[in-house]
Amino acid sequence: MRLLTHNMLSSNIKGVANGFPLRIEVEKVVEKQVDFNADFLKNMFAKIEWKALVDASRSMGYSELPGDANPSMLDSDDFLQKFHHALLELHLEEGALVCPETGRKFPVNKGIPNMLLHEDEV
Amino acid sequence: MSSRPELQAPPEIFYNDEEARKYTSSSRIIEIQAQLSERAMELLALPDDGVPRLLLDIGCGSGLSGETLSENGHQWIGLDISQSMLNIALEREVEGDLMLADMGQGLGFRPGVIDGAISISAVQWLCNADKSSHDPRLRLKAFFGSLYRCLARGARAVLQVYPENLAQRELILGFAMRSGFAGGVVVDYPHSTKKRKEYLVLTCGPPSLSAATPQGKGEQEESCSADEGSGDEENQTVCISDRHRPRKKQKITKKGKGREWVMKKKEQMRRKGNVVPPDTKYTARKRKARF
Repeated sequence: MRLLTHNMLSSNIKGVANGFPLRIEVEKVVEKQVDFNADFLKNMFAKIEWKALVDASRSMGYSELPGDANPSMLDSDDFLQKFHHALLELHLEEGALVCPETGRKFPVNKGIPNMLLHEDEV
Repeated sequence: MSSRPELQAPPEIFYNDEEARKYTSSSRIIEIQAQLSERAMELLALPDDGVPRLLLDIGCGSGLSGETLSENGHQWIGLDISQSMLNIALEREVEGDLMLADMGQGLGFRPGVIDGAISISAVQWLCNADKSSHDPRLRLKAFFGSLYRCLARGARAVLQVYPENLAQRELILGFAMRSGFAGGVVVDYPHSTKKRKEYLVLTCGPPSLSAATPQGKGEQEESCSADEGSGDEENQTVCISDRHRPRKKQKITKKGKGREWVMKKKEQMRRKGNVVPPDTKYTARKRKARF
């Protein structure tokens, strides 16, 4: 699972008001090369919750992202490369996602988070 | 046993390792899935500016439909309820992210972040109650409600479905409309029993010009071409429309099929082993009027 997906995911449990961002528990991280596309990054930037991305990338052991970002930084190639790496190339292979409100763990196996809810959580 | 997989077992059980294996080994399944997803991409009508979008593949299965999205250069997130199917997707090394999730429990995405969604042959599963806790209405409501929330304004969702009957189609479409979607059903090849495919084309946001539902394929063809007749349904339409056919049209078809057509038919009959008169210079000639 990439951080792009993590940044879009929120906890879906019944009664949870703010299920975003899910905390990441890391067991194993892998990096996969992905083609760089500046247009996609510029397009996505407005939709990304920056703070959640920074926190998530730090918990995955990548701390190059600046704590604050604004659209003017999108012109810098250096920034885009870091953004690209954090968003698309870091994969959470094994670990868990934790709901910030209830502490419910969603296990991640082979890069696939298990987001199935129990019957009493729907 | 019924041929509809929905009636055999819940999806997470029906799509076991054996069934999932078919999605890598059967070239027929692969071809159909690719065709369906290409058509869904077409109906999604993303702006043609070369910018990759973030799309959702609901019921991605082994990632066959996701591959079409990747080929078009888009990033995608796929979700499916069957672990076996997702394992196949891992084996195929698909480019999108995968999630094990149940669409009937709602999609857990932040509001307004997804640029479009496709779903190939999945949504009709929601109409089944496989567990005592399942209520199809609640599950459809949760699904369409969460889909509407996570889509960006003006984004489209194209859901290819196999509804079992008219009531199911109305149920699905009804919940989609109640969630706020505009749009409708596009039917490709409505007169064919096998090729017929239905797509729910839904637009997020108020109805506008761009929300007009596109035309289905094969709709413009005459429904009453007499020599096609494959299904019972079709024969029925032939009888009714024949009665109202204008005189002029009949004259055109009376012209005859020509020597070539007759030769072809005779050859066909010979291959079947029937007794066919030999081909002569008189074959397919018209009798004179005075005869």
